[in-house]
Amino acid sequence: MIENPKVRRSSRWRLAAGYALGAVLLFAVAPAALSDFRLEQLARYLCFALVAVGISLAWGRGGMLTLGQGLFFGLGGYVMAMHLKLADAGPGQLPDFMLLYGSTDQLPWWWEPFRSPVVAIAAVFLVPMAVAALIGFLVFRRRVKGAYFAILSQALAAAFAILLIGQQATTGGTNGLTNFQGFFGFSLHDPVNRRMVYFVIAGTLLAVMLLTRQLFLSRYGELLVAVRDSEERVRFLGYDPALVKLVAYVVSAGMAGLAGALFVPAVGIISPALIGIVPSIQFLIGAAIGGRASLVGAALGAIAVAWAQTTLSEEFPAAWTYFQAGLFIVVVAFLPGGLISLRQLLARRRPSPVGGTP
Amino acid sequence: MTVILSQSFTGVSIGAVLLLIALGLSLTFGQMGVINMAHGEFIMAGAYTVYVVQQSVEAPGTSLLLALPVAFLVAGAMGVLLEWLLIRRLYTRPLDTLLVTWGVSLMLQQLARDIFGAPNVHTRAPSWLSGRITLIGGEHPLTLAHSRLFILALALAAVLALTLTLRLTSLGRRMRAVVQHRELAEASGIATGQVDRITFFIGSGLAGLAGVALTLVGPIGPTMGTNIIIDAFLVIVVGGIGQLRGAVIAAFALGVLQAVMEYSTTVSLARVVVLVAIVAFLQWRPQGIYTLRTRSLA
Repeated sequence: MIENPKVRRSSRWRLAAGYALGAVLLFAVAPAALSDFRLEQLARYLCFALVAVGISLAWGRGGMLTLGQGLFFGLGGYVMAMHLKLADAGPGQLPDFMLLYGSTDQLPWWWEPFRSPVVAIAAVFLVPMAVAALIGFLVFRRRVKGAYFAILSQALAAAFAILLIGQQATTGGTNGLTNFQGFFGFSLHDPVNRRMVYFVIAGTLLAVMLLTRQLFLSRYGELLVAVRDSEERVRFLGYDPALVKLVAYVVSAGMAGLAGALFVPAVGIISPALIGIVPSIQFLIGAAIGGRASLVGAALGAIAVAWAQTTLSEEFPAAWTYFQAGLFIVVVAFLPGGLISLRQLLARRRPSPVGGTP
Repeated sequence: MTVILSQSFTGVSIGAVLLLIALGLSLTFGQMGVINMAHGEFIMAGAYTVYVVQQSVEAPGTSLLLALPVAFLVAGAMGVLLEWLLIRRLYTRPLDTLLVTWGVSLMLQQLARDIFGAPNVHTRAPSWLSGRITLIGGEHPLTLAHSRLFILALALAAVLALTLTLRLTSLGRRMRAVVQHRELAEASGIATGQVDRITFFIGSGLAGLAGVALTLVGPIGPTMGTNIIIDAFLVIVVGGIGQLRGAVIAAFALGVLQAVMEYSTTVSLARVVVLVAIVAFLQWRPQGIYTLRTRSLA
């Protein structure tokens, strides 16, 4: 893609201004203007935006339709929840729900490592990334792609949710893990600390977006788009497309895991209902409506859809479903670049970076 | 031993349902490279058809047999409408079609909720389907439920009818030609658009039949399609795109594997085992059991 350097410089300034504006909105305006309750809702939407940024990387730029980000969101979320549960219980004690059900009198071995806060913080993104690396290695190496990959990723998310439900005694089953008291030593009952959680989430989102933007602009970012648009040609040039795709998939899984981990203290629950097939696809809806190939578009889309869902679906659940599905259909079918590409379309500038994804 | 046998038979009957669903999916998938996520809701439409027909025709046996062609027509018409409204516009973007049809499936689920209510509805099974055949008596008897035999027969009849249509009729030849090389078929004077619509009618109609079969083994509700559609997709992934033989083998293999694993472990672990088996299988044959040999690089 040949760009006019002048355009690029001016858009860079606009972008910096945009991020600065976003930072001011997130860190100054929102905390001042919103009630504690609304701010917690915003924290939740920002977690979804973080997942959407990962989707933008894997799907918008990489052409990998990941219908199963719920798997990674859930892995990150459960790791964090397990740590918080163990921290609440105190050294050597069992989490409350295990005592309540009386189902097990000793801690399962796979809970044990997450007692340590350092291990837990590392694991919230390393565990999803490791799982994604294994899946991606097996799948991309054998050139499984397109619809096959989409279906497999979706089936994996579904299987994970079913597995969690089945292991009631050690995972909390359908109820999931909930009722957290503290967050790394800070009480979650204190509104001040809950605000702190919001600031952590907002900061993480901005940092991740800036880093992903750098990734998009790097040589690797160009290679990823090249693989999306013509995998065979990239292979003929001597690159390994499987490796290129693997990196994007693994990084996007790490983002989803991080989002899941931050979701837990912000919302206070992680359960199989949040990570199955339907939520996994809903992660995509925001990114698709906003603009899959644009970081800002994907993030704003995720926030807007989640916000609309809470405000509209309480009052008109049926109408909201029709509206959401209708908007999704129209945008994907007739505006694949998402709403953010409207601006470019109207300005008749260069075509949107979304290509055909065979 | 008989426990394993009877689990296997349960697996075969699960496989038969999967096969009915996968046949239609495979047909529409092979036709335009389209994964139709709304296929699950066509199944649901077939199931609700039984419920609606029973409102007017009291006798459960008659209404079930009557529902079969009606469900085929209803689901088939929905398929044609979907193809005509949306799918044919998204020819070159198969992955986007997957998403668009998922949006459609969301809408259809809500529509079902608005029409029939969110709770599951129930249908009456005819008396001639409630019995069991005893093959081996004794302490651990091996019995086959009539309803499951009926589903098996329905699935096999559908496979047979579809195979004969594809092999022997001129319509079948046109359909195969479009699947194998759309441009060449077009150049040979085949009206590919018309063939697409007929294919979608048959494929979606088969989903309607599957829905009727499902009323015999489970509840009917707005979300019934979502859960089973993933399994049907996996059947296609294993069987190979657009390959009927592959779909038949894969459906029964996955059904039996799931049922036998459920017996030796738990339902949830069995799902994971099946998935691991599928990923392992794809290492060996990434394009499924049977593949259409083409020279295309993509």
